[in-house]
Amino acid sequence: MTDFLTKYAFVIVPIIKIAILVFLILTVDAYLTWLERKVIAHIQARWGPHRVGPHGLLQPLADGVKFIFKEDPLPTHVDKVAYFLAPFLTLMLALTSLAVIPFGPQKFTVFGYETHVGIADVNISLLVLFSITALSVYGIALAGWASNSKYSLLGGLRSSAQMISYELALTLSVVGVLLIAGDFSLRNIVGQQSSAHGLLTWNVFPQIIGFLCFYIAAIAETNRVPFDLPEAESELVAGFHTEYASMKFAMFFIAEYTNMITVSCLATILFLGGWLSPFPASWTFTHYLPTVLLIPFGLWVFFDGIRYETLFGRIMLPGVGSVLAIIGAALVFFPLLNDAIQGPFWFLAKVFTFLFVYIWMRGTLPRFRYDQLMSFGWKFLLPVSIANVVLTSIVILWRMH
Amino acid sequence: MTASLIIFLVLALLAVFAAVSLIVQRHPIHSALSLIVVMVALAGLYLLMGAEFVAAVQIIVYGGAIMVLFIFVIMLLNAGEEERTNFSKLATFAGIPLALAIAGFIAAAIARNAESLPAAAPSGTLTSTKTLSNLLFSDFVYPFELTSFLILVAILGAIVLAQREN
Repeated sequence: MTDFLTKYAFVIVPIIKIAILVFLILTVDAYLTWLERKVIAHIQARWGPHRVGPHGLLQPLADGVKFIFKEDPLPTHVDKVAYFLAPFLTLMLALTSLAVIPFGPQKFTVFGYETHVGIADVNISLLVLFSITALSVYGIALAGWASNSKYSLLGGLRSSAQMISYELALTLSVVGVLLIAGDFSLRNIVGQQSSAHGLLTWNVFPQIIGFLCFYIAAIAETNRVPFDLPEAESELVAGFHTEYASMKFAMFFIAEYTNMITVSCLATILFLGGWLSPFPASWTFTHYLPTVLLIPFGLWVFFDGIRYETLFGRIMLPGVGSVLAIIGAALVFFPLLNDAIQGPFWFLAKVFTFLFVYIWMRGTLPRFRYDQLMSFGWKFLLPVSIANVVLTSIVILWRMH
Repeated sequence: MTASLIIFLVLALLAVFAAVSLIVQRHPIHSALSLIVVMVALAGLYLLMGAEFVAAVQIIVYGGAIMVLFIFVIMLLNAGEEERTNFSKLATFAGIPLALAIAGFIAAAIARNAESLPAAAPSGTLTSTKTLSNLLFSDFVYPFELTSFLILVAILGAIVLAQREN
């Protein structure tokens, strides 16, 4: 058995990693919808979901069950192949794009096979990511076309036009980082940003224009507010997924959230130093930051949960709170574990910040008009990102001489 | 059979089947989708030969940009299913023998010169993007710049053609 495991570790280990990552990502997607509804509700002075489970925490589960058991009607005269292919393609490409993202610096050995946090360590990972993004337009275009509905078709056309336009700005805004790093590998791009000075050597400072262009283009690329024209419900009902129901609609939904996560991971890696700590390396006391955050948060959840209205909440919330606090306390006593989670901790913290900004913007900003969107993308964002490339190259040349 | 040979066969068969499907399909969108599969399979073949940058660019440019344009135009024109016409008698009677003949000639030519043909690049070793770009900007700088200029002219031409007359 062990021989078998060691011999085929190069197949088995990635499969296990893929299973874990897909499970994690789907869970995160589900709770991202909860977080989004909750945050927007609080921005708009509402409560948000709070019926299913304490603080609505089981709402994603209820939604999942609802999606599975909902009727899945097939509109008449749809192009069946394309109609079924579209949601699968969208979800598949969204999940595949996560495969090249490194989540932490460590390497570990399983069954004698050395591997790392993240599925594939490709030396052209950025290019792979962009080629997957380039293909993901098809899911939306096909969904819009195959549904045999005017709203879907217009939504699909708009969406693909938007994605093509902003993909240029997205790709060009990254070129500055590539020029600095001289490498396509996301792992090496993070490595190049590391130094003893913490956040001072992150790419976001020399590449602030590139970073802003990247983030704006990324929001447009993921079809989110204020660039969510494909789903402008007052004009287009629900855009390209108007005719989709049940699990097929859920697939588009999951894909959208997964794309948000991918883009946030990419922004973190390219501009904010990935898993690097923002503090100088000599400040070892910052390693206790996860503990310092987890213990008060756990205690707060515990004492808040004791007074919750329902009995289930009075059991569940203190349980979750005490587990969090215990994990936080345990990190103090296991320094090796504490060091191991530093990378993933900072990575997740930065990704979470980006996701929160996504939600924050959805609660704050109005939607662009379609012609504004196009002229902004082509006449402002694209020239600015090209200027950024030229500027970066000049500075690099000037430093070389 | 080595792993790379199996991957090659899978990708090659996929490309050939998708190419046949491109011709056989009646609906323009299905044909376009088959063409995307051909492009992606070709990108896989490039990767197998160690051309990582070319493989990625093949998907980004051909699979992404160009095919999106195809699909876009088909969607905008709302092109429906094609109808088969048995118009050309020449194609019906002479087509299949001629196609078989040309396939046979090519196969014979390859089989005869099999030894003298240069071997493909050894798979498994990657040509780094740095090497490629250094070559582009040193040895092949004139063809590269000329091509860029040609593309620029084409873009300008497209703009001139698309411009509405005031």
